[in-house]
Amino acid sequence: MIVKSIRETVAGMWSLLVGMKVTGKNFVQPNITVHYPRQTVKSLEGYRGHIELVPREDDPSKPKCIACNNCVKICPTACITIKAVRPKKTDAPSSEAGEQADDKKKAPAKKAKPELQSFVLEYSYCSLCGQCVQSCPTGALNFSSDVYLAGFSRQEFVIDLLARLQYQAQKKGAVNG
Amino acid sequence: MIEALPTQLIIVIVGLVATVSFIGLNAILLVYLERKVAGFIHRRPGPYEVGPHGILQPFADGLKLVGKQIFTPTGADSFLYWLAPMISMAPALVCFLAIPFGPHLQIFNTNVGMVLILAFTGINVLALCIAGWTSQNKYSLLGAARDISQSVAYEIPLLLSILPIIFMTGTFNLFDIAMGQGSWPWQWFVVYQPLAFIIFFICALAETNRAPFDLPEAESELTAGFHTEYSGMGFALFFLSEYAYMVIAACVTAVLFLGGFQGPGASGWWWFLAKVYVLLLIMIWIRWTFPRVRFDQLLNICWKWLIPLAVINLLVTLLVIAL
Repeated sequence: MIVKSIRETVAGMWSLLVGMKVTGKNFVQPNITVHYPRQTVKSLEGYRGHIELVPREDDPSKPKCIACNNCVKICPTACITIKAVRPKKTDAPSSEAGEQADDKKKAPAKKAKPELQSFVLEYSYCSLCGQCVQSCPTGALNFSSDVYLAGFSRQEFVIDLLARLQYQAQKKGAVNG
Repeated sequence: MIEALPTQLIIVIVGLVATVSFIGLNAILLVYLERKVAGFIHRRPGPYEVGPHGILQPFADGLKLVGKQIFTPTGADSFLYWLAPMISMAPALVCFLAIPFGPHLQIFNTNVGMVLILAFTGINVLALCIAGWTSQNKYSLLGAARDISQSVAYEIPLLLSILPIIFMTGTFNLFDIAMGQGSWPWQWFVVYQPLAFIIFFICALAETNRAPFDLPEAESELTAGFHTEYSGMGFALFFLSEYAYMVIAACVTAVLFLGGFQGPGASGWWWFLAKVYVLLLIMIWIRWTFPRVRFDQLLNICWKWLIPLAVINLLVTLLVIAL
């Protein structure tokens, strides 16, 4: 009984020394944090910032989004608002009245693809659950690596992701060209 | 007019002024050291923004504390409430009087130096008790209760681990104890009394309320313990006295076990300061390594291990001296 308790105590004392060694080792090793305003983190893979639209391979200023509204429906905090319009066919040769009647008949067969006008994210409501990213049928949503997002008002976190995508594409084009 | 004053009085007054500035300087340096060491152990830079490498951070902290509103909680006895930080600080000043910093650098060479330090550090318990009691707050009261039972328990092994040294040197005079050891490390009392050294150091940590024995101010359960309600300079005084007691504990350890101001080569205050700072760094290192013990564990360490071991150590020492 006494021997056992002494042995336990000695083992415990030894573990204290091991702990001191661990912190002592870390003390002499270099910092792993960065001085934020002067330095920024290099690799941000795996960071889940707000969502962003993925551009098409052929045109970086156009999103993959097909405006199916899946993400709008699945979002638990209803922070996504999509505006899309179907473009009217202006290249039809026949008269307007005839064309309209014709269009109505054929509508289910060759529907024009809706074009995204705006994709507004109210980031202050977003809970970053990622259901929109998972439910997207075309993989048009992604988590951005935007760590250094800061603002003074709530309005600054109402982000039009389409405008953001076009701005990024423009900037990229300016850099490349 | 100066001639009319006794020399001893002038020495004590000058010494007290020097002590106050020494405590202040130490507090500034230790706050910086503590935060830097904590930072490096966590692999982060620590204070960095105020001044180059953050060296002005303690001054900024001090200015903030001075500028804060002094606030007395409703229902508190304001006289006792504000007396407590002063009672905590004042004995710390007296303790420095008896410490021999160097061969010629001691304010007050007294035969009962060790007893004086033990007696005056004991007053701090009263201060914390008053602070906790008059704050009219459950956290403060619990912190004070913990502090009393902890300090009373750890005072016993502390005394028992000092006694072998006293028997070996036959004096309570700290200067003589320091002179009784040689200048080389193997002539220091830590070699003859390693167990007493370990027990003394553990008790010193507990008496100064340092982690892992910082139960009176355990942040996670008691917000800040006995000084929860204190603001501004009231808190600053407690803070200052805590660091002062840390320095006293390191000084006494250095005198009793590490040869005081004696060292290889030239003996002097530089050796004393070096030893004190190494001990303080070890205290800080311990704080940022170990988690806080539970209260029953704290008292078990004291009553079941430290006191019996200290008694055995004392008896063995006495036997060896008698033979």
